[in-house]
Amino acid sequence: MIHFVLLISRQGKVRLTKWYSPYSQKERSKVIRELSGMILSRGPKLCNFVEWRGFKVVYKRYASLYFCMCINQEDNELEVLEIIHHYVEILDRYFGSVCELDLIFNFHKAYYILDEVLIAGELQESSKKTVARLVATQDSLVEAAKEEANSISNIIAQATK
Amino acid sequence: MNPFSSETRLRDMIRAIRACKTAAEERAVVRKECASIRAAVSDNDNGYRHRNLAKLMFIHMLGYPTHFGQMECLKLIAAPGFPEKRIGYLGLMLLLDERQEVLMLVTNSLKQDLNHTNQYIVGLALCALGNISSAEMARDLAPEVERLLQFRDPNVRKKAALCSIRIIKKVPDLAENFVNPVASLLKEKHHGVLLTAIQLCADLCTVSEEALEYFRKKCTEGLVKVLKDAVNSPYAPEYDISGIADPFLQIRLLRILRILGHGDADASDLMNDVLAQVATKTESNKNAGNAILYECVETIMSIEDSGGLRVLAINILGRFLSNRDNNIRYVALNMLMKAISVDGQAVQRHRATILECVKDPDASIRKRALELVYLLVNETNVKPLTKELIDYLEVSDQDFKEDLTARICSIVEKLSPEKIWYIDQMLKVLCEAGNYVKDEVWHGLIVVITNSTNLHGYTVRSLYKAIQTSGDQEAVVRVAVWCIGEYGDLLVNNIGMLDLEEPITVTENDAVDVIEAAIKRHTSDLTTRAMCLIALLKLSSRFPSCSQRIKDIVNQSKGSLLLELQQRSIEFDSIIEKHHNLRSALVERMPVLDEATYSGRRAGSLPAVVSTSQGNPLQIPNGVPKTMDAPLLDLLDLSADEPAPQNSSGPNFLQDLLGGDVLSSASQSGTTQPQKGGTDVLLDLLSTGSPPAQNGSSTADILSISQDNNNNKTSVDALNSLSSPMVTSVQSTPASSIMDLLDGFGPSPTVPKDNGPAYPPLVAFESSSLSLIFNFSKQPGSPQITQIKATFTNKSSDIYTDFIFQAAVPKFLQLHLEPASSNTLPGSGNGSITQKLRVTNNQHGKKSLVMRIRISYKLNNKDMLEEGQISNFPRDL
Repeated sequence: MIHFVLLISRQGKVRLTKWYSPYSQKERSKVIRELSGMILSRGPKLCNFVEWRGFKVVYKRYASLYFCMCINQEDNELEVLEIIHHYVEILDRYFGSVCELDLIFNFHKAYYILDEVLIAGELQESSKKTVARLVATQDSLVEAAKEEANSISNIIAQATK
Repeated sequence: MNPFSSETRLRDMIRAIRACKTAAEERAVVRKECASIRAAVSDNDNGYRHRNLAKLMFIHMLGYPTHFGQMECLKLIAAPGFPEKRIGYLGLMLLLDERQEVLMLVTNSLKQDLNHTNQYIVGLALCALGNISSAEMARDLAPEVERLLQFRDPNVRKKAALCSIRIIKKVPDLAENFVNPVASLLKEKHHGVLLTAIQLCADLCTVSEEALEYFRKKCTEGLVKVLKDAVNSPYAPEYDISGIADPFLQIRLLRILRILGHGDADASDLMNDVLAQVATKTESNKNAGNAILYECVETIMSIEDSGGLRVLAINILGRFLSNRDNNIRYVALNMLMKAISVDGQAVQRHRATILECVKDPDASIRKRALELVYLLVNETNVKPLTKELIDYLEVSDQDFKEDLTARICSIVEKLSPEKIWYIDQMLKVLCEAGNYVKDEVWHGLIVVITNSTNLHGYTVRSLYKAIQTSGDQEAVVRVAVWCIGEYGDLLVNNIGMLDLEEPITVTENDAVDVIEAAIKRHTSDLTTRAMCLIALLKLSSRFPSCSQRIKDIVNQSKGSLLLELQQRSIEFDSIIEKHHNLRSALVERMPVLDEATYSGRRAGSLPAVVSTSQGNPLQIPNGVPKTMDAPLLDLLDLSADEPAPQNSSGPNFLQDLLGGDVLSSASQSGTTQPQKGGTDVLLDLLSTGSPPAQNGSSTADILSISQDNNNNKTSVDALNSLSSPMVTSVQSTPASSIMDLLDGFGPSPTVPKDNGPAYPPLVAFESSSLSLIFNFSKQPGSPQITQIKATFTNKSSDIYTDFIFQAAVPKFLQLHLEPASSNTLPGSGNGSITQKLRVTNNQHGKKSLVMRIRISYKLNNKDMLEEGQISNFPRDL
């Protein structure tokens, strides 16, 4: 089970956090501090696993961002690396060659996509296409509602002119 | 105004925050934003609610408090439209955790949304429930989720399956409701549904034995077939990852087969073929393939034995171990730890490679490898492995040394074939990393040294050499100082030479030099210096010719600001100076320390040792049952977890060490009676760390000890009595030397021979003519009750008649007056009146007695009255 997902920039800024196990707000910031210290200081050629408080943290760096997932001792680290990559590829498809700025300004989108990949700390969907389709459908639902609201306000504006 | 234009404003805020150059600027921007959001919250402004929530989420990620936005999430969730709900649920998951009360309020909205006609709204609700559900919510909403497992759209079914995992983790009782729906989901073709259903199935099996049995019977065959199809499936771009069809699905299938096959030969038989196929056919040049192989090896190791498969699995691990990719080597080490219980021999074959991994630059790999080596060591390979590890200790990272030394020491202790080897290895470790070893390590070494009588000479000479080269390692210094103190004579005279040793010439002065250097070294801490002082005291007797020099060194600590050192040096100086007759008996060699009891005591404090998942717990050789009656146990419990009996500020164990030495030498070597008394007194002088203010009680202790020893009690009793300030009578007359010693330490009280505690009589009232004396006694067992015998004496020449004594006490006391012996008091001290009082002190130990008295009598028929207050009662009444 994945206990939490963290996206940390190389400067130690938090770009996304998702907690599947209960951590209080205080613990959360402590965890982030501890882990960013441990992970950001590791050299490039070392393995992608860090042992931490009886758990393992699997991390992978993509450009300036570190994607970290915390798992149990007995979980499959290599698979989690694959899950991270799976998520990154979906982000890449969605934003079209994703960069850190996309994730800053559209952080909520990153969350929506993550929610289509993981629930309760478990993988939900292995098809990138399906995830992309589901997110796109929901985005279009929002767009439709927006347009509807626009046209209503236009009608009201017309009527009150 | 467009209610959906939040995007631009959110962007503006993010830009503004990113433009901040300092943390203070950022705080100011955030503060301003929070203020306007708060205002909007209190205005109940609908239009901007979701934009505000989005901003709050961003602010939350920066680490600022955002609790005031929690209710906004609930309002958005309760709104009818999909966009509001979407952001509302996101905020709920981000800003709240399951421990917050607010969460209870959302249960009803969740229930409605789970029944919504829009499947995406159902999806949002399932996602939120799966991520943050509490036990109460899980109980309330389980029926909805269970129903959704049969929803028409597979994307809702898969979400419901994962949501069910959360529910059964929170409320395991609900597991049985999910067993049947899952069994039908396992037959589906949709990968998402299959993935999640298998995961749910695995979790059901862990919480419910019945579920496991059910799935084992009904589903093993089907799952084997699904895996077979997955392995053999043609290229499917949707699920392909570097040439492998849906590795996620394959991994989950392997995992569920592991659970089903574990401990069941029939189920294991069913999956043998497909496991062999996965193990041989999977490409291992990409991470995805390795992930599958890794999972497959683990499954092969866990299911019931099938020789051929295990060989296959061990071979895969061997390949992993020699892989250049650090990730692969890491998981190989991880898996070999599990494999060791299945096939230890096969793992031993990779010993050399594993040992190389201990030296890896990557800390994660080093740690894994070290743990694995620890499991690999046995009687046959302990020597070469330890040599390798110690060699590596020289070059290892500073922060790795602590782990490494702990492991090496543990290995050496566990498996050392002979004592000389043990001592040699420990010395090497201490020389390399003496500043990193834990205290137990060198304590343990000292125990072993005392036990190997024939090696004393060898050890002290090795240590002498070691301290010359590695004098900067605290632990080396301590052990060397201790041993030179004990066995200094063996060092100087080359006694007990072993064949392999080269003779060295050490003069008595050389030995003292070492100790002097240690005590003067500025990095030495209190413990080391105190140990040095003891060693010096011991050497003063072993090397009479150096006595004066030693005295000078000891004298230098007399002005130490550390009480412990100052007191020690003053005491030792007086021993060296004045008490030649008892010094030799006092500083005799330590008796052999009991190894079994020491390690038994220590076992509890050892770090937990990794054990393999197969339930093959390591034998901890130190787990000797603790013998309770070991007299010397306390002496060496250097890492004492219980508070030591004394109240000194310095390290107590040193006192105990010395105390034990003295005590046992006194009781073992049959010294004469007066000397024995003398040493006992000294014992306490030496070991008492109490500040001078407590002189009274420490002398009392001295006396109690001397009595205990005369009664031939064990030394532990004597030590115990140190802690209880009990005053007992002296039965043996102390030798004159004791009195000398006591001179410097305050007067010795006269101690009445009495069972209970005794108090001096008190002159409660005195005038020119009348005096009143209180005598106190207490019944043993009721310390709060004091019996007072009041004696009145009339010093005038006249007779007092109608003599009445009255007393009053504060509320926390109870007073009972018994009738007086008479009401006439004859004059000129020719007689007295006695009267008994009984006072019960309800706050015994906290407050002392206090009393007002009034005495009335008639002198020549004239009424006389005397009054007074007594507040000088002994404190502990």
